[in-house]
Amino acid sequence: MQHIPILRMGELLLVTIQVDMHDQMALQLQDDLTVAIARFGSKGVLIDISALEMVDSFIGRMISDISGMARILDAATVLVGMRPAVAITLVELGLSLPGIATALNVERGMALLRRNV
Amino acid sequence: MACSGMIASVLKKRAKQLQTDWLTDLTTSSVDAIGKNRVSPQELEQQGAQFLQLLSAALDGKQAIDLNASQAKPLREFLEGLSRSRAQQGFSSGETATFIFSFKRPLFQALKLEAGANADALAEEIWAATQLLDSLGLHTVSTFQRAREELINRQQEEMLELSTPVVKLWEGILALPMIGTLDSQRTQVVMESLLQKIVETGSDMAIIDITGVPTVDTLVAQHLLKTVTALRLMGAECIISGIRPQIAQTIVHLGVDLQGVVTKASLADALALALKRGGYAVSR
Repeated sequence: MQHIPILRMGELLLVTIQVDMHDQMALQLQDDLTVAIARFGSKGVLIDISALEMVDSFIGRMISDISGMARILDAATVLVGMRPAVAITLVELGLSLPGIATALNVERGMALLRRNV
Repeated sequence: MACSGMIASVLKKRAKQLQTDWLTDLTTSSVDAIGKNRVSPQELEQQGAQFLQLLSAALDGKQAIDLNASQAKPLREFLEGLSRSRAQQGFSSGETATFIFSFKRPLFQALKLEAGANADALAEEIWAATQLLDSLGLHTVSTFQRAREELINRQQEEMLELSTPVVKLWEGILALPMIGTLDSQRTQVVMESLLQKIVETGSDMAIIDITGVPTVDTLVAQHLLKTVTALRLMGAECIISGIRPQIAQTIVHLGVDLQGVVTKASLADALALALKRGGYAVSR
């Protein structure tokens, strides 16, 4: 079972999705991430999806779920690096991911998280 | 029919005579319908001779031509080539067809000579000849039209590309002045080019100016909202500017909810806001 690495940077967590995710991997990520937030007492999660070329409604919902779970655990989520094609797909699927903060790249996402935390 | 195939035999027998008659008609015609000033006599002569030869070959002793048949292929291709070259030379479709129709007089005259006193046969043959030449003439017209339609389609596509420029107003601020009616296809192109530009320039602020959009209905509003949402997903902010008073009224009357989208009346206001959000201060 392939895991998506979760990197700890102080009180922030960095998740970089480098491969095309399948559903089982997405569920595993939810598990790992919530455990990590609780264990490290993280205040912010940055999810970098710049390498993600394809999304479906499941992955879209999973991202939105992760943000909801993190909020309950008192951590802000920022989604960064979404590709234009992915953004268009999500909009066409009707998944506008309300309530999730977004940023163009990791650098700006970090700045945004640091401001908010 | 007693004299079936008279057209074909006349074409063979009196080919030389027909050709000179036709050419005289074409070059001395008082109306400039065939554009004798635009096509050289040598070219006309050559085209006429080729047409006669191909027509004779396609007829092959029969009275009518099925233009879709393989036998008529060279003739069909000649007509299509003729109509295309005429279209490029700036002829109208009518002028192109007149080139074919003007062959009627010499042909009828030749048929008259051939039929002699047999009036019934002559009437029959003239009808057949008319039908034949009409179908050929109409074929040039339809080809002409098709060539024009292709041109229009291509131009439309090019216009679509041209009419959606994404301009950089400031470091980190892009603007998209939209001109013309918004439909699904255009919105798609606009959205893609804007999102692409956002990635390329690393801008986090986009202004969509709809001053040039004549009407906003629920569909257009929906397209705009989609673009705004896609921009937000990528991490950029969006301001819609250039909303005219009438359009503001329409949007409210239609009950369109612009879901917390930032809107401004003019591009200047939008730029001021974008600069402020970017941390710039404008001073005199």
